[in-house]
Amino acid sequence: MEVSSLPISASHRAKLISAGYISISSLSSISPAHLARDLGISENEATGILKVASQRGGPERTIPSHHSIVDGAQTAWDMLHEEESCRRITTSCADLDDILGGGISCKEVTEIGGVPGIGKTQLGIQLAINVQIPLEYGGLAGKAVYIDTEGSFMVERVQQVAEACIKDMQEYDSFLRKDLPARQVNLQANDFLANIYYFRICSYTEQIAVINYLEKFISEHKDIKVVIVDSITFHFRQDFDDMALRTRLLGGMALKLMKLAKKFTLAVILLNQVTTKYSGGSFQLTLALGDSWSHACTNRIILYWNGNGRYAHIDKSPSIRSASAPYAVTGRGIRNLASNCKRVKLILRARLAHDEHICRSLI
Amino acid sequence: MRKSVNRVWRRVMANKLISEMGLPKSIANIFAARNIHTAKDALSLTEFELMELLDVGLAEVTTAVSSISEISCPPYQTALSLLEQRMHNEHLAGHLPTRLKGLDAALCGGIPFGVITELVGPAGIGKTQFCLKLSLLASLPSSHGGLDGHVVYVDTESKFSSRRMIEIGVNSFPEIFQIEGMAQQMAGRILVLQPTTPTEFSECLQKIKDSLLQHHVKLLVIDSMAALVSGRDGQGQCRQHPLGWHMTFIKSLAEFSRIPVVVTNQVRSHSGDDPFHYSFQDSRQNLDFPTTFDSHLVAALGIPWAHAVSIRLVLESKSGQRFIKVAKSSMSPPVAFTFAISASGISLLHDDGIEMTGPEINAICGQVLKHFNVASSINDAHNIKYFRDFEVTVVYSIKNWSFRVVCG
Repeated sequence: MEVSSLPISASHRAKLISAGYISISSLSSISPAHLARDLGISENEATGILKVASQRGGPERTIPSHHSIVDGAQTAWDMLHEEESCRRITTSCADLDDILGGGISCKEVTEIGGVPGIGKTQLGIQLAINVQIPLEYGGLAGKAVYIDTEGSFMVERVQQVAEACIKDMQEYDSFLRKDLPARQVNLQANDFLANIYYFRICSYTEQIAVINYLEKFISEHKDIKVVIVDSITFHFRQDFDDMALRTRLLGGMALKLMKLAKKFTLAVILLNQVTTKYSGGSFQLTLALGDSWSHACTNRIILYWNGNGRYAHIDKSPSIRSASAPYAVTGRGIRNLASNCKRVKLILRARLAHDEHICRSLI
Repeated sequence: MRKSVNRVWRRVMANKLISEMGLPKSIANIFAARNIHTAKDALSLTEFELMELLDVGLAEVTTAVSSISEISCPPYQTALSLLEQRMHNEHLAGHLPTRLKGLDAALCGGIPFGVITELVGPAGIGKTQFCLKLSLLASLPSSHGGLDGHVVYVDTESKFSSRRMIEIGVNSFPEIFQIEGMAQQMAGRILVLQPTTPTEFSECLQKIKDSLLQHHVKLLVIDSMAALVSGRDGQGQCRQHPLGWHMTFIKSLAEFSRIPVVVTNQVRSHSGDDPFHYSFQDSRQNLDFPTTFDSHLVAALGIPWAHAVSIRLVLESKSGQRFIKVAKSSMSPPVAFTFAISASGISLLHDDGIEMTGPEINAICGQVLKHFNVASSINDAHNIKYFRDFEVTVVYSIKNWSFRVVCG
C-alpha cells in the first residue's frame, strides 16, 4: 500500500515521499523520534502519522478475524442471512408492500419521487407511524426522524394516521385473535407523536449539518429505525449557481446517508421533486437533482398518476423486480385501492403470511 | 413575540461564525486563516477539500466538521411537543377557519399558518372573492372567531374592491357591521399594496418582511402571483424559475412569521410541451388528459411552484356547477365541494365533500359559468364583478376564443 493514499495532510505526505518513504511497510518499524528528525516535524505529528499508517496495515499483517482475504469484507452468505432477517417497514398498502418484497427495507436508502400532490409526504408520514408498530403486530417498534425542509409536515395529519393505525391494530386483534384472550392496545395517538423526532431545516447548510449530526444523534437514540428527509431537493434547487458544487455536496450527503443506513440498520427515505427533461423529441418528467444524483440512491420509487389512480413504480432496485402497484391516499393514510372491507383483510392476510414465514424460519 | 425572535435568530444558523463555536483554538485559527468564517463556508466543502485547503489530517477535519454540524444543526423537537406548542400558542392550533364547514374539516381547522395556500382557477371563478372573505375573517375580533389583526393584501391586477368587501362583511356578520364605526375599523386593518412591475413587487415583499414582526399582521394575500410574470414559466430548458427568488422568500416569510399566506394563481391552456409522463410510461396508452377542450387548462407558474405550495385549492366550473377541490394537501384526502358565490362571499352547497381518487382532482375545467350583464371581450372576463340583478349564462371555449351568450 502506498503512502500517497494515506489520509494525512498534503504537506506531511509530500515530506514523507521526498524523504523516501514510499510504501507503508517502510513505516512499520520506525520510531516517532526518528521520523520526526527525518521529516523535520514535531514528534507528536510523527506519532500521528505512524498511527494512521498502522491502521491501514496491508494484507501481509496478521488480521485477527475470519475474513482472511480482505480486511473488512463480509461474505455473501453472511449478507444473505442478514438480508433475510432484516425487517421491513410496511406501507399499509398491501399491493405496494407486495412489490417491495414486504415493505421498505431497513439498511438501505430509498428515494421516492413524484409530482406535487401525489402523496410523497403522505407516504413519509405513514412510514414514520408504521415504524412504531409494536413487534407483536409485525412492526419494528422503532422511532422515526423526520427532517422537514419544506414545511409540509402537518401534525394534525400525523395524528389522524396514528389513530387509524391504532384502529387497524385493534381490528387485527379482534379479527385474527378472537380465540385468544382479548388484548388491549394500550397505545394512544400521542404516543406515536412522541416518537417522531422532528427537525425543521431552512437552508442547505442546515441540511448538511443535520445529516452530519445524525450519526451522533442516532447513537444516542438507538431505537431510531427510519430517517425521512422531506424533501431532499428543495434547498438545492433554487439559487445554486455552481452546479459542480451542488453535485459534490449531494454526493457527499448520499454517501453519509448510506453509511448511516448500514451502520445503524435503519431505513433512509429521501423524498424528491420532479422536473422536466427533453428526451426523445419531447419533454418528459423525471426526478430532480440531475443524472449524477440518480445513481446515488440504492432504491428509487416513482409515484405517478395512471388512468384513474395513483401508482407506485419501482424504477431502480438491486434486488427487487421493476413493477407498479396502485395505492390510495385516504383519510386514514396510505391504503390499498381495493374496496373498504377487502382493504383490512388484505393487510391482515399479508401480515399473517409474514408472521408464518418468521415462525417457520425459526423452527 | 419571543417565538418569532427565536425563529429570526435561527435563520442565521448558516451564518454562525466558526470563531464563536468553541472549537479548539488551533483548528479555529486555521479555518480563519483560510477565509472560512461561517458554518456555511465550512459545510459547503467536502471533507477532502477541507483537508487540502487547511492542510490538516482527516481525523481532525472530521472532528471539526462534526462539531460545526452539531452546533449549526437546528434543535429538534418531537411531533408531540410541536402539536402541543401549536395548540397552546396559536389560534386553533395554527389555522384560520374559512367558515366553510366542509372545507375547514378537510383542512383540519382552516387555512394553515406558516405555509403557502394556493387558489388556482380560471378567471371569474371566485378566487378574489375568496381572498376578500379571508381578509375580512382575519381582521375580525377574536370574539367572532377572527385573528384580530392586520391583513396585507398585495393586489397585482387591481381587483381589490373595498365596496364588495364591505358588502360581504355586512351580509355575513351583520351584528358586527351594524355597530357604528366597525366597518371603518375592519376596513382600516386591511392594507392594500398595488405593485405594477416585478421590481415593485420585490420591493413590496421586502417591506412586508420588515413590518411583519412589528405590526400584528395576521394574514398575507397575494392576488395574483402570476400576473407579473410573462411568458413561459420555468419549464423546459430554463433552469432558474423566473419567480424562484419570490417563491423561497414568501415561503420563508410564512415560515418564520407563522401566519397564513394565500396566493392566487392563473391558468393557461395546456400546450403540447407540457410533460405528463415519465420515461417508463408508455405515453400512447395513457389518456390522463383527454383531448376535449374541457381539460385543456393547467395552473400557471409550472412544476417548481406546484412543489413550493403546501395546499393547492383548485376552483373550477363543470356542467354548470362550481367546485372547490383540495388538490394538494398533506393533511386532507382528495375531496371536492360544490360552492356558489353570493352576497356574503363564498358558500358551500353541501358540507360533505365528494372524494376524488383519480387525477381529476388536479384537473382544471375550462367551462366557465358567468353572471354579468354586458360581455364585450375575453379581456373583460378578468374584470367582471358580481351582479345580482339578472343572470346571463355565457359559455366560452378557451380553445377557439369565441363565446356565445345564452339568456336565462
